Amino acid sequence: MDSRTYIGRVRGLGSAKHGGEHWLKQRLTAIGNVLLTTWFVISLLMIPSFDHGPLAQWLAQPLVAVPMILMIVNIFTHVRLGLQVLIEDYVHDDGLKFATMILLNFYVIASAVFGIFVVAKLAFTGAPA
Amino acid sequence: MAKNPNRPLSPHLQVYRWSPQMAISIFHRATGFVLATAGMMTLLWWLSAIGGGAESYATFQKYVVSAGTDGTSLQSASNWFFRLVALAVTFSFFQHLASGLRHLVLDIGAGYELKTNRTWASVAFVAAFFATAFVVLFVASRFLGVS
Repeated sequence: MDSRTYIGRVRGLGSAKHGGEHWLKQRLTAIGNVLLTTWFVISLLMIPSFDHGPLAQWLAQPLVAVPMILMIVNIFTHVRLGLQVLIEDYVHDDGLKFATMILLNFYVIASAVFGIFVVAKLAFTGAPA
Repeated sequence: MAKNPNRPLSPHLQVYRWSPQMAISIFHRATGFVLATAGMMTLLWWLSAIGGGAESYATFQKYVVSAGTDGTSLQSASNWFFRLVALAVTFSFFQHLASGLRHLVLDIGAGYELKTNRTWASVAFVAAFFATAFVVLFVASRFLGVS
């Protein structure tokens, strides 16, 4: 017989009380993505030519570098949340699920940091020759 | 986790007649996956090629955009691969955008009546198709010399 109180028996079981957070973050980053990718497409169409010189000058501007970094961070946050759901739904083996989830986190963090570094370097040091 | 393979399964996808509402759900996931992998990797390659200087951008162009007259056969093959990627990513972008906007509307509690729901699922597909076709025609006429 379990001599603990009723509340003692159920504590720690069930929801961790942040079930809504994932859902809400997915929606917030979705709205962010609508705005940022719209900016990206319009900004792309306004570049005079797609040769290296004009592109590097375009990307080095503060008003392009900043939204570009925001877009990279926002998209990869959205990717992490979205692919997490795919893994939870389709990878049924616990060990494999754990490994895939680690891979997903490595993928999004490494990619986002790489993207931020590339844009920031260009914006801070100017376009290379 | 040990699983008994003899347990009965609930009826799955293959027993239902396909409808726009079903298709848009699975397309949202599939297109999201395409954007998250092929889309973002190409974007990062493009950004790092710009950041790497004129020579690194020329390499990107040779593999992704056009190998030119002196390109290797690997580069020409890569061009065709990236044209397919570009088509898939473009369609995925518009499809994911349209069905994502549909999800935001559903999230505020609107659009669940059967006919309305079906209509907007179809509209999202049609919008994505025409937006993709427009981009393809635009790129073909402006950059690939097809008039």
